[in-house]
Order: sequence, then structure tokens, then C-alpha cells
Amino acid sequence: MMNPKTSQSIAWVALSFITFVVMGALLFLVLYCVVHGWNSLNMAFVFGPTTKGGLLAPIVGTIYLIFMTLLFVIPLGVGAAIYLSEYAPVNGITHFIRYALSSLAGIPSIIFGLFGVALFVTLIGHASILAGALTMACLSLPFMVTATEEALKGVPKSWREASLGLGATKWETTWFVVLPSALPGIITGIILCMGRVVAETAPLLATAGFSPFVPTSPFDGARTLALHLFYLATEAPSTGTVTRYDLISQAMGIAVILILIIVLMNGLIRLFSNLYSRRFLKQGV
Amino acid sequence: MNKKTIEQTMKWVLLGTAFVSLLILVGIIYFIFDNGFLAFMENGLWNFLFGQKWSLADNTFGALPLIIGSIYVTVGSILVAAPVSIAIAVFMTNIAPHFLREIVRPCIDLLVGIPSVVYGLIGMVFLVPLIREHLGPPGYSLLAAITVLILMTIPTIVSVSEDTLRAVPTKYKEASLALGATKWQTIWHVILPAAKSGIISAVILGVGRAIGEAMAIYMVIGNSFSIPKSLIDPSRTLTSNIVGQIEEAALGSTHIHALFGCGIILLLFVFVFNSISFTLSKKGVQA
Repeated sequence: MMNPKTSQSIAWVALSFITFVVMGALLFLVLYCVVHGWNSLNMAFVFGPTTKGGLLAPIVGTIYLIFMTLLFVIPLGVGAAIYLSEYAPVNGITHFIRYALSSLAGIPSIIFGLFGVALFVTLIGHASILAGALTMACLSLPFMVTATEEALKGVPKSWREASLGLGATKWETTWFVVLPSALPGIITGIILCMGRVVAETAPLLATAGFSPFVPTSPFDGARTLALHLFYLATEAPSTGTVTRYDLISQAMGIAVILILIIVLMNGLIRLFSNLYSRRFLKQGV
Repeated sequence: MNKKTIEQTMKWVLLGTAFVSLLILVGIIYFIFDNGFLAFMENGLWNFLFGQKWSLADNTFGALPLIIGSIYVTVGSILVAAPVSIAIAVFMTNIAPHFLREIVRPCIDLLVGIPSVVYGLIGMVFLVPLIREHLGPPGYSLLAAITVLILMTIPTIVSVSEDTLRAVPTKYKEASLALGATKWQTIWHVILPAAKSGIISAVILGVGRAIGEAMAIYMVIGNSFSIPKSLIDPSRTLTSNIVGQIEEAALGSTHIHALFGCGIILLLFVFVFNSISFTLSKKGVQA
């Protein structure tokens, strides 16, 4: 039997070693990408037309797709969360809805891609922003519902009772009292959904269309930044003057932009969740 | 409109929005199985599951190498990622000084959020050449895919198991320390067993991410349709197979049915893991 002190020291050394090596390696790889990609970032590349190797179309496509997705996912997600947190009786239907939400969160994104092809692309007739956005809305719905429901649960019960006591109906209480106080949590949910649209590629591969032109209507095809990165990294160069090396460095440039977007979104989420917890602390509830 | 009507209408509208998630789940299962079953019919169930030929020209599709590929990359990556992640989570929650946590936590959040195509790209420019030079060509291999998956699943598992470990009541820890146990004995004999079900759920979440990952694997695995004989052989998984062919497969063809067939197998894997995790999380509540 080893001396407990010795075994503790061994464990300490081993655990800190693993943590530093692994975290160091992960951060090194990300930094490697950032340093290499940084050089390829310039105005001509970022805002140039995509047919000439620029990023204009994927940037507009990403923003377009984010807005279209939010259009579907905010009303559906917030509505479902309100129902589950404020109205839902404890019965079979509620149980099934919760089970569906947790199952959806665990389904691989490529399956959503297949589903989007079989339903939305078939209905619309061709791959388009609309089909892509509907697919992404299905994928991000559970995240929106969970974030909003957490926020609604955080609103003190006494506020609801005060409002109901003053004669407001249940819906008035929900709309005028509960929802406004849960707003930071809802915004967190929205940012999470935006993050999904920015990061996911598998569901959009065959649903968003991969047009290299700036989209003008929801029925146009589009590509997102992440999809564009994928095409650059996996497709052979089409014209003679562009080499494989050029494409890879362009892809690294996009990786830098994507990482910056994720950093920004994580920062915003942190900010909103701090705001949220501080407000309730101040009011002493 | 009077108040009562609004009240009633809103209740039904909200129930309707909540129902959408149920509809989506049913829709996914219906459309995947509806198309995928055709693959079982067209190829024969046995031939589809255990066939080793995937040929557009002959219109024969057998998915055995894909199933084996998926199992290899998932098992390979989890065997490394699970213990490493648990070690990091323990270090972060019980050993690391406060300031270090404040630095590492945002890093983990960032690593969880990085798009899978970026991990794939890092694998392509960094790991693939490394494997090609030191272990032999072609570099695009099972090993590259497993390594990329390890990098991708570690942040997820760490993030979730850290939450679980933090949720262990402090009084457990204090009781153990007061009895004279060292900090490490407390971690090993008290905290880890108390957080067991949560940690297993975290690992299963990692398994789900690994088996469902598509893009990053497609970028580094080499996509050769064969059962790999060694770690440096190229291979193909259920997911990377769909990624590579979904754009070219025509709607209604035997080809796309076969891709949906791969989807069914993938869904079945995921449902099995989810039910394990669901059962375990129920146990955790009772304990």
C-alpha cells in the first residue's frame, strides 16, 4: 500500500501534466490556424466577389441564412418554452414534447441534412436559402427552447403572483411581466442559434445550394462561410493560376473569421448571463 | 376581442408551437425510414448491412465497411478522449487555483464552439502531413480521423463533466476531509463515485458527437471504401459517405435511398446511446 501523500503527489503531477499538455496542444493548433490564416485576410479577399476568390457571397449568405433561421426559430422556440414553463400540465403530451426536444438535441446534424433534402428541398423544388433555413431551424429549435425555458424558470414566482393578484390574466402576466424579465436569457438562446448557423455545415451541404453569387431572394442558393471553407479545402483548384496552397490559405483565413465570430458570441453570452444574474441579485429575490 | 378569447387562443397557439418539436422528430424518423427502407428492399437487408460493395455502376450498395469505419473512429477516439477529459475536469474543479479556472473555462467554451470544418482543416494541414511523413502514406487515414475526433470531443466531455463534478455537494467533500482522507483520496473515493452517472452521460454525449460527426472526418479520413487493416489506412464512415455523395445523388434514385439507409443505421446507434444516457440520468436523480 502506497503512502497516501505519495499517491496524492503522483496524481497531482499526472493530472496537471495531462491538463497542460492537452489544453496546450489544442490552443496551439487553434493559434497555428489563426497565425497562418491572418496573412490571407485583406479587404480584397474578404469583400471581393466570390467568383474571383473573395468572400462577399458567403458573408451575405451567412447573414441571410441567420436571419431566415431566426425568423422561424424565435417564435416557435419562445412559444414552446412559454408553454412548457407556464402552461404545461404534467401529462403524457408534455412528457412526449420534452422527450422529443431532448432527442432532437442528440440527433447528428447530417441526419437533419438528409431530412431537409427529403422534405424541404423536395417541397420547394431546389436547394435554396429557405430550405437551408428551415433545416437549421429544426436543428436549433431545442437549443432555443432550453435557453428560453431556463430564463423563464429564473423569473421569481412572486412576480407572477403579484401580477395575477392585480387582476391580470395569465397571458397578460406572461407577456408583460415574465417575458421582459427573461429577455437576457432569450437573447442568449438567439445567440446560440446564430452560432449553430455559423458553425454547422452538414445540414446545409445539400439544402442551401452552393451558389457563389450574392443571394437576393430566399429562393436563391447560397453558401455560408463554413461551407465555403469546406469547398476550398476539399475541391481541386479549377483555374490554372490558383494552386492548392492558395486555396488552403484562403480556407485558413475563413477559419480565423469563424473563430473570431465564436469568440465574440461567447463573450456576448457571458455578458448577458452576468447581467441576468446580477439583476435578480440586486432585487434581492 | 375579449380577454377570455385571447387567453384561450394564446393557450392553443402556445401548445401548437410546443407541438412543432414533436412533429419534427416524427418527421425526421418518417422521412429517414421511408427512404431508407427502400434501400433495404432494393439491396436486401442482409446485403445492405453486410455487403462490401458500394457501386453506382452496378447499383449495388453494401454498407459493412462504413459501419466498421464508424465504429472504429468512435471507439478509438473515445478510448483516449474519455479518460483525458475526466482528468482535465477533475483538475479544473478540485485542484486548479481559481485564476487558472478563469482562464481555462473560456478556452474550453471556445473549443466547444469552433466549427467542425475548422477542426477538419487543422487536421488536413497539420495532422495529415505529420502522419504521411512519419508513419507512411497516404496520411489521410483512420488515425487522422481518430485524432481530429479526440480534439473535438475533449472540450465537450470536459465541459459537461466539469458541471457534474461541481454539482457534487460540498458536504460530501468536507465529511471525507474531516475523517482524515487526503484530497486525492476524497476525489477518488468520494467525489468521482458521487458524480459517476453524470460523467458517464458526458462520455455518452462525446460518443454521440463522435459517431455523428461528418465534415471533419470527411476532410481527413481519405474516403476509400474498404475495411481498414491498420490505423494508417484510409477508410470511410457512415457520415462521411453521406457527405461525399449527397450532392450528386438524384432524388428518388437507388443511390440516395442507400444514403438514407446509412442514416437509419446512424439513427439506431444514436437512439441506443441516448436511451443509455436517459436511463443513467434517471438513476442519478434517485441516488
